[in-house]
Amino acid sequence: MRPNYPIKSPAPRTEQIILFRVSGQLFAVSSASVQEVRGVDSLSGAAKEISQPSLRKVKHVVRRGENSVYVVNAAMHFGLPPAPPALVFVLRSTRTALLIDGIEKMTSMSRLQALPLAFCHEERGWYRGLTALDQSVVPVVKPDGFLTPEEIFLLDASLSQEAEAEASRIAEDSAQHGIDTSMAQ
Amino acid sequence: MTLIAESELQSFVLLRLGDRRFAVAATQIAELVPPSRIFRFPHHTGDVEGVILRRGRIVPVCDVAEKLIGKGLKSRRFYLIAQRRYAAQTEWVALPVTGDCELINAEMTLPSDTDAPHVSGWLSHAGDVIEVLNLAALTPGPSDIAAVTPPLQPLEARP
Repeated sequence: MRPNYPIKSPAPRTEQIILFRVSGQLFAVSSASVQEVRGVDSLSGAAKEISQPSLRKVKHVVRRGENSVYVVNAAMHFGLPPAPPALVFVLRSTRTALLIDGIEKMTSMSRLQALPLAFCHEERGWYRGLTALDQSVVPVVKPDGFLTPEEIFLLDASLSQEAEAEASRIAEDSAQHGIDTSMAQ
Repeated sequence: MTLIAESELQSFVLLRLGDRRFAVAATQIAELVPPSRIFRFPHHTGDVEGVILRRGRIVPVCDVAEKLIGKGLKSRRFYLIAQRRYAAQTEWVALPVTGDCELINAEMTLPSDTDAPHVSGWLSHAGDVIEVLNLAALTPGPSDIAAVTPPLQPLEARP
């Protein structure tokens, strides 16, 4: 007689997520997508202002190595009432840093349901899907859904224009300084 | 002249929105459930209120009253969970209704060219003429994107 071994069902695959709040609304993001979490205060020295009138959700840019990372206000991105952000997520493999109110908790999800097809506008680009957690439904954001390639192109163009303007201003200042120096001599 | 779609009777579920009744083919109905908590999150699809959790599925709630009776529902008694067909798949949608639903057998009259796209036919029942709803035209879906974004027209040379 062969012994009855208990049949083990395979453990469900899970994904670590961070639940975070923006203007009181709960969202989730894959932990693997978050490269860094920083306080907003720590950005103040490194961030440079940027103005692109058609993209009011981006007001700052941070240099990180070769790249410029654009700081997106998540409340403005989602059309939520403004709330003072406290934290920044630097999102991995994107050029986006996200201003959020705070982290609720870290947990894991075992099932991600595709966004129902009834949702048929911009939100399809915002969310990877929805997950049910503790009898609640939480949208799981797409890290690359905060800035489209066209928006990044616009911001890059705006940044290079500002850099050119800055360079020409410095050149003019130096020329002016040179004239002043030669006159003084 | 009206055409009778089939001589055989078909099953329909009658639903109530305010003072009016509408019908949906019974084959498209999954279940009738009491109202449960709606989970809301940011989105831009106007006809979708949010989602409910039902039997482990996340089901969008589509309030069709505004389109059908010209005003949103102040109160709701049930959600009629229906199967909405998309190009490649079928998904559940929850339609808020204000009263009891009724299963009937009736003959459907085909719509005319002048009927609204959401009308897939007509029923005559208990002295009322009742619209049979075409959920694909009534609830949002990917075709709405095409409707909002006009297709690119080929450039043509003009004199």
